[in-house]
Amino acid sequence: MEKKISLPLTEEIINDLKAGDYVYLTGTIYTARDAAHKRMDEALNDGMALPVDIKGQTIYYMGPSPAREGRPIGSAGPTTASRMDKYAPRLLDLGLKGMIGKGRRSEAVKDAIVRNGAVYFATVGGAGALLSKAIVSSEVVAYDDLGTEAIRELKVENFPVIVVIDKTGANLYDIAQEQYNRE
Amino acid sequence: MREINVSVITDNIKELCIKANHFLSPDMTCALNNACEAEESELGKMVLGSLKENLEIASSDMIPICQDTGMAVVFINVGQEVHFVGGNLEDAINEGVRRGYVDGYLRKSVVSDPIERVNTKDNTPAVIHYNIIPGDSVEITLAPKGFGSENMSKVYMLKPADGIEGVKNAVLSAVKDAGPNACPPMVIGVGIGGTFEKCAFLAKKALLRPAGEHSEIPYVKALEEELLRRINKTGIGPGGLGGTQTAFAVNVLTYPTHIAGLPVAVNICCHVNRHVSVTI
Repeated sequence: MEKKISLPLTEEIINDLKAGDYVYLTGTIYTARDAAHKRMDEALNDGMALPVDIKGQTIYYMGPSPAREGRPIGSAGPTTASRMDKYAPRLLDLGLKGMIGKGRRSEAVKDAIVRNGAVYFATVGGAGALLSKAIVSSEVVAYDDLGTEAIRELKVENFPVIVVIDKTGANLYDIAQEQYNRE
Repeated sequence: MREINVSVITDNIKELCIKANHFLSPDMTCALNNACEAEESELGKMVLGSLKENLEIASSDMIPICQDTGMAVVFINVGQEVHFVGGNLEDAINEGVRRGYVDGYLRKSVVSDPIERVNTKDNTPAVIHYNIIPGDSVEITLAPKGFGSENMSKVYMLKPADGIEGVKNAVLSAVKDAGPNACPPMVIGVGIGGTFEKCAFLAKKALLRPAGEHSEIPYVKALEEELLRRINKTGIGPGGLGGTQTAFAVNVLTYPTHIAGLPVAVNICCHVNRHVSVTI
């Protein structure tokens, strides 16, 4: 089913999302990948606040290529989400509602999604040029020294994603692969 | 003896970096078009359609096909009649990578140390594979490798008794583990034989063979065809979202090995499988 959503994600929106739904997101999302997650985790260990308030927010696992003049961003497709599995449950327990990436998640992440009523979206890996067209603006808001791995605030317009794990824990990868398995 | 100034190497490497990251090679374009026609899943067709659209935008607007513009892997075959002048060859290669990635708006994805992890900010150093060949030419192939798929690659030290069935199981197991993480449809490079490091090198080199071309060794060709058929029955599909097009090609290279061993390496690559070459 195709749906258009205005961010931030609310409980009502998430209740309505099912694994396999094709969704267009409009609003604000934040980028963070390996190095930014490690720093956020260390900040929490030290009892410090996160550089952005993640409550109710969506994180896009992405590190862009540099923008050419006059453009908001370079190529901007998803990175493999499982590398953030070590950190994601803690962020979900702190109120993170959405994650965008590609690839499988751990049982611990799935459990945290169900426990907190969150959602994991995938977008098309290797379609970074196409996806960059749905990004209207990009601004580094933390960890600038990390270069491509800095935390960026992105404004997106009709950014295309697919619900992979919904709040019930249903997983599109398992369902879809089984459907075409002919071994 | 032919003299070649290393600045020529730098210029060529720079251009190859930019070309590989913005334009899909003809064999991969052909593989993608074939997959679009063959895919049965609606979601799979949509993913493949997005990939085609992505390629058009990448080349027309000069936006890299993928934001992971890779670690630069350079295969350089140097004719033994060549004499390099004007500097150090390795420095010249890395300077080409530096200029390609900085001037070409490519992502800097390399850290200086695997544990300390400080970004080198110019995507150097490259991984360079030198080879000496007869003649007076220099052949360079650049294959920037993204790590979504690289991370899913594997080496298996099988026993001789495992035989070809052991090889098939190893490849299928690696592909299933990779699943949606490696940006399918994938290209699978397989190295069989040699030593621990030789089979890994062969697997990487196998990715350079144009998709659709097969080994000249009859049993290896049959193995490539059977593996591709079986991989496409796993159901993983484009983007891992289910379908019949999980891989574009399986390319296998073999090498003599020890009486006690059967090393097998599986180097997984995404649907872009960047590889461009030039002969100087």
